[in-house]
Amino acid sequence: METTFPMRRIIGDDGRIVDETMKDLLTAELAWRLYTEMNRIRTFDRKAINLQRQGRLGTYAPFEGQEASQVGSALALEADDWVFPTYRDHGATLTFGADMVKTFLYWNGRVEGCVPSKERHIFPPAVPIATQIPHAVGAAWAEQRRGTQNIAVAYFGDGATSEGDFHEGMNFASVFRAPVILFNQNNGYAISVPIAKQMNSETVAQKAVAYGMPGVRVDGNDAFAVYFAMKDAVSRARSGGGPTLIEAVTWRYGAHTTADDPSKYRDQERSRDKADPLTRIELFMKERGIFDEERAEAMRTKHQEEIEQAVAEMERFSKPDPNDLFDHTYAVMPAEVAQQKADYFTLRGN
Amino acid sequence: MATNINQKMTDMTLVQAVTDALRVKLREDGTTLVLGEDVGKNGGVFRATDGLQEEFGEDRVVDTPLSEAGIVGTSVGLAVNGYKPIVEIQFLGFIYPAYEQIMTHVARIRMRTMGAYSVPMVIRAPYGAGIRAPEIHSDSTEALFTQMPGLKVVCPSSPYDAKGLLIAAIEDPDPVLFLESMRSYRSSKEAVPTDKYTIEIGEGKIVREGTDVTLIAWGAMVAVAEKAALEAAEKGISCEVLDPRTLYPLDRELIATSVQKTGRAVIVHEAHAMGGLGTDLVALINDTSFLYLKAPVARVTGFDVPVPLFALEDHYMPTPARVLKSIEQTVHF
Repeated sequence: METTFPMRRIIGDDGRIVDETMKDLLTAELAWRLYTEMNRIRTFDRKAINLQRQGRLGTYAPFEGQEASQVGSALALEADDWVFPTYRDHGATLTFGADMVKTFLYWNGRVEGCVPSKERHIFPPAVPIATQIPHAVGAAWAEQRRGTQNIAVAYFGDGATSEGDFHEGMNFASVFRAPVILFNQNNGYAISVPIAKQMNSETVAQKAVAYGMPGVRVDGNDAFAVYFAMKDAVSRARSGGGPTLIEAVTWRYGAHTTADDPSKYRDQERSRDKADPLTRIELFMKERGIFDEERAEAMRTKHQEEIEQAVAEMERFSKPDPNDLFDHTYAVMPAEVAQQKADYFTLRGN
Repeated sequence: MATNINQKMTDMTLVQAVTDALRVKLREDGTTLVLGEDVGKNGGVFRATDGLQEEFGEDRVVDTPLSEAGIVGTSVGLAVNGYKPIVEIQFLGFIYPAYEQIMTHVARIRMRTMGAYSVPMVIRAPYGAGIRAPEIHSDSTEALFTQMPGLKVVCPSSPYDAKGLLIAAIEDPDPVLFLESMRSYRSSKEAVPTDKYTIEIGEGKIVREGTDVTLIAWGAMVAVAEKAALEAAEKGISCEVLDPRTLYPLDRELIATSVQKTGRAVIVHEAHAMGGLGTDLVALINDTSFLYLKAPVARVTGFDVPVPLFALEDHYMPTPARVLKSIEQTVHF
């Protein structure tokens, strides 16, 4: 088992290939796919921040800077797989196939935003830290018991690796050889606390050693590196090879949420210097002569339109229904709740 | 509602009735799984899963790592993906690492997804003092879980109720915390049907009929209340003993009907007084039966101190003598 964890990269900051063995796999089609999805979720992210500033959305957790990690990992999945995201992984869930209107609704405080579509297994975002990791292990374990090829992915950040549920989930995954990917985005900060204060280990990936599972460390701003690391882990899981811990080393450009100010704990000018995942793949495409500005512009326009339409739909969405406060807590409403509901509706005069 | 009562009966202790219920469901429903620490070869620390791994295999009766949050957390994933986990937590006093999973996820996922996802599971936990168990093994913190919308809390006091309620809990579409009184595990035997039957969750029962005062108790305290009722009878006081059996949702109607009949109530629980379920019962009686009351509703509870090491536990627990005193004060108010 590997005990040192160099960061795997396929393309460098300048977009040039650094791992020549992968050269033939870096097709124009794949590059465009990654670039397109990254552009789409970045446009979503920036729009969401603007909407929050205008009071049209609640507190929002941005992910700009982490697009390669989220898109690269999500594109390696199949439609029947399970995704257990955090509140900062809607870039991944949107790429995986989550409904964009619902994603906006979630950030507007609407429970409808947590309801998964029938086509995708996406758990509502975990708000406490690391608690979704055992869930993903359990869902994967269920697939394994049924003998399917489906797998589950738990998304989590660097701060989560300090929580008990991370370690308990890792241990269960390992003991039961669950077909699960523990996908860590090490974005450098847990709100304001830098990784050096979070842990005294050199890497997150090395924590896999303790659980007897493969640990992989990739440059999380290199969409190709993330995609292929994830592909490997996914195919290992599907073929009965058990879990993998992936550490995608990335960077959150902005705030933890729209409710905090990152300049309080770090230099935001320097924060911007981190090699941008979109710029990087764009440079790669230009270098390879596969970039097409006209196509890129058409893509950007398409994303703008999609997002504007989703915003309009969110804002047109029916008013919150007080029935929903009471109706979904149990399969059959207990008498107390029914009484509270009746009293509340009487008070409201309907 | 009990079903199929005209069938073969066998004398069982409460813990044997639990095992029997598990066996019935493991046989009948291939999605059921028993998960927990030492539940396999060892048959559980109280032997509640004795022989089940032998009969159903390691795949269905699973010895897990020692990890309460891990057991409950993975059960969320199993349950949302088609399985029915029946989790054993060795002692209620050891459940707290899983508290976040239960509070934040188990109880909430149906509401959060408007019913698209649900996590039907049963979490069994032996609870309570009175068996000279080591420190921290004797908690009775049911009220931490009754204020958890989305979760049901069940606590049987007899072997017959234990089997019927556990089967009902396993079949329930929502998660259930199933509390098993350690003190009642082997304290008595009663005739229990060998086949399947269920008792409706949320339905209490009158253990003893009476006219002067209603004693409300569950788990190990039912026997304490019954003993106090016998002693009270010698003094000419007729006690009705009511076992709610389900602590959430409560059988409001049964409680109200009984208290309206007797005009008095004494609530007995071994949990602490402050924030114990007794305060909710007082409120329930206040809301439903205030004008019927002839005396303030009394509570006999564990004290507002941590459950002590066992040398002091007899002083901590409500006793028939304490209950009797409260009955007399209430009747002679």
